[in-house]
Amino acid sequence: MHEWLRVNPLSMAVQMLRTLGSAIVPAAFVIFGAGTQDSEKFAEIAPWIIPVLVVIIGVNLLGAWLGWVRLRYRVGEADVRVEQGILSRQARSVPYERIQDVSLEQKLIPRLLGLVEVKFETGAGGKEELKLSYVSEAEGEKLRETVRALVEGETAAPAVAAAGEAGEPAAEPTGETLFAMDTRRLFVFGLFNFSLVVFAVLIGALQQFEFLLPFDLWDYLADLFRQDTIAQAGDALAGYTLVAQIAAIAYAVVAVVVVGMASGVVRTFVQDWQFRLDRTAKGFRRRRGLLTRTDVVMPVHRVQALVLKTGIIRRRFGWYGLSFISLAQDAGSANHDVAPFAKMEEIAPIAREAGFTLPGESADWHRASADYYFDRAVLQALVPGAAAMAAIVLGYTLVGLLLAALAGVLVVGEYFLWRFVRHALDPQQVMSRVGWLAPRWQIANRVKLHSVEIAQGPLARRRGYCTLRFGLAGGRLSFRGLSLDDARAMRAAVLDSIAAVDFAHLPR
Amino acid sequence: MHLMDTEPLTKLDPSYSTVMRIEGVLALIPLLIAGIALYVAAEVPAWVPGIALAIAALVLVFYLPMKRYRSRGYHISDDRLRVVKGVMFHADTVVPFSRVQHLDVEQNPLERMFGIARLILHTAGTHNASVTLPGLAHDNAITMREAIRAHVKRESL
Repeated sequence: MHEWLRVNPLSMAVQMLRTLGSAIVPAAFVIFGAGTQDSEKFAEIAPWIIPVLVVIIGVNLLGAWLGWVRLRYRVGEADVRVEQGILSRQARSVPYERIQDVSLEQKLIPRLLGLVEVKFETGAGGKEELKLSYVSEAEGEKLRETVRALVEGETAAPAVAAAGEAGEPAAEPTGETLFAMDTRRLFVFGLFNFSLVVFAVLIGALQQFEFLLPFDLWDYLADLFRQDTIAQAGDALAGYTLVAQIAAIAYAVVAVVVVGMASGVVRTFVQDWQFRLDRTAKGFRRRRGLLTRTDVVMPVHRVQALVLKTGIIRRRFGWYGLSFISLAQDAGSANHDVAPFAKMEEIAPIAREAGFTLPGESADWHRASADYYFDRAVLQALVPGAAAMAAIVLGYTLVGLLLAALAGVLVVGEYFLWRFVRHALDPQQVMSRVGWLAPRWQIANRVKLHSVEIAQGPLARRRGYCTLRFGLAGGRLSFRGLSLDDARAMRAAVLDSIAAVDFAHLPR
Repeated sequence: MHLMDTEPLTKLDPSYSTVMRIEGVLALIPLLIAGIALYVAAEVPAWVPGIALAIAALVLVFYLPMKRYRSRGYHISDDRLRVVKGVMFHADTVVPFSRVQHLDVEQNPLERMFGIARLILHTAGTHNASVTLPGLAHDNAITMREAIRAHVKRESL
């Protein structure tokens, strides 16, 4: 398999559909707009529409074909090479030792055509990754297996030998499913993913495409106000009885909630459709997505820490979300969700597979310094408190009381943060719990930390507390407002664990 | 109290405070030009920019370098390096040698004139991805680098 290969010819079709899509939709808008506004002018343009479209399609076809002819790849002895570019050529080679993993991604159109995009992840992060778009699904799977076998041979020969005894080292065992979400679960998850982003998107789209509309939107809206349609509606509402007013407001609230939940459900279905997490020989394999189907493998040794999250309401029903902090934080935080919506008893086995234990109530939890939260409460309540007093003195009693209530809420919030924000240390792990109503836990492996820092501002120095920060690959782990003694004890304990294991000998 | 936190810190090379003073003088130049411009334009009496400059000079050339020099220090043991710094905002960082990815020794022209260097330790962590220890005698920086290098078995994954 050392010869130069071309990607699947159908990639040309994908390329064409994509560029045409972005060219033709605006063109259609322009033509429609011109047609409805001024029919005489439209008659002048009309004969040109077809030839112009033919030229656009022709240029695209040529571009797609040239792109395909000039792209070739080779899975060689020591590296993967890709050469591409129509005029300026780019040749990239990635040695096997640097390939962390191979992932497959399917967007909507390639998926319909049975194509996948192959990404060779190097941990370089983001844009500089080597990509091949597109090869057939079977070819993608084969590429992944071949490269993986070569990577294994390069870095961990014993593992291959052990697998070889089973007879077929190349074929990846399907592995057991650790976690999957059915339609019912997705629906419930969607309800909790309440989002009003759809309104923002609508307004944004209106602004973006306003020039394409055959009428002036803002004039139209201004007319609407001038015609008093809305004012009339307001008058009508004012004319109702109190019960009817409350009913109208309740109706509006319910409508917003329904829209928010519906958009949450849609978003969740698109992102997490047929979510499935498998434990394979290499690591965790996650597949999900309705329009863009992704297939990601996260090797166990690359998991640096766990993040466990929940929400104010979903927590009451026992729903939590688990994600990994991984060495390569390539495609944003959402990329490492391993169980976005699960019960605790489903999460515990996944954590165990990754080599972590979830902290129970029995863990040696400590609170941060009370002085720290006292200082925070004073600083936060200072401005609204002073303003409240000033308002009451000046005779604006209602405003003053509201401001005083705000100051009170801030102080109470800090009190609860002091009660609920905690940290703990066990023989293998460092654990943190932040947040009060919607807590978030972080569990990091002590051995996989890289540095420890104790930081103090001027106030912290006077009051004897500090911030403890750990160097964590691919994420952040810090503890605020710890007493100095506590922080020093944690630092000493963690440093002793780190120093005992060399980086090169970390479990891989 | 742990042994590590009570170990006395090693002071930096005394030329480091001289270098910081010279950097302070260099930082004064734009202020000096602005002061002269104000004086020439005769918009304000001469003593206004004069006093402002004197205060700036005291802070930048005398007070801050002294405080900075006093607040900084390091401690090297057989498996870790501790770097302490900060006048207002203290930071006390420990990097175990077994987590160092690679090492740099850097000198800018001013530092070269005074024979001092900066030792930079790079780690794989997002926070404290590089820890800088400035103001070491150049020979000392090289010796430390070699000592730490001996602990780094491989430079990367």
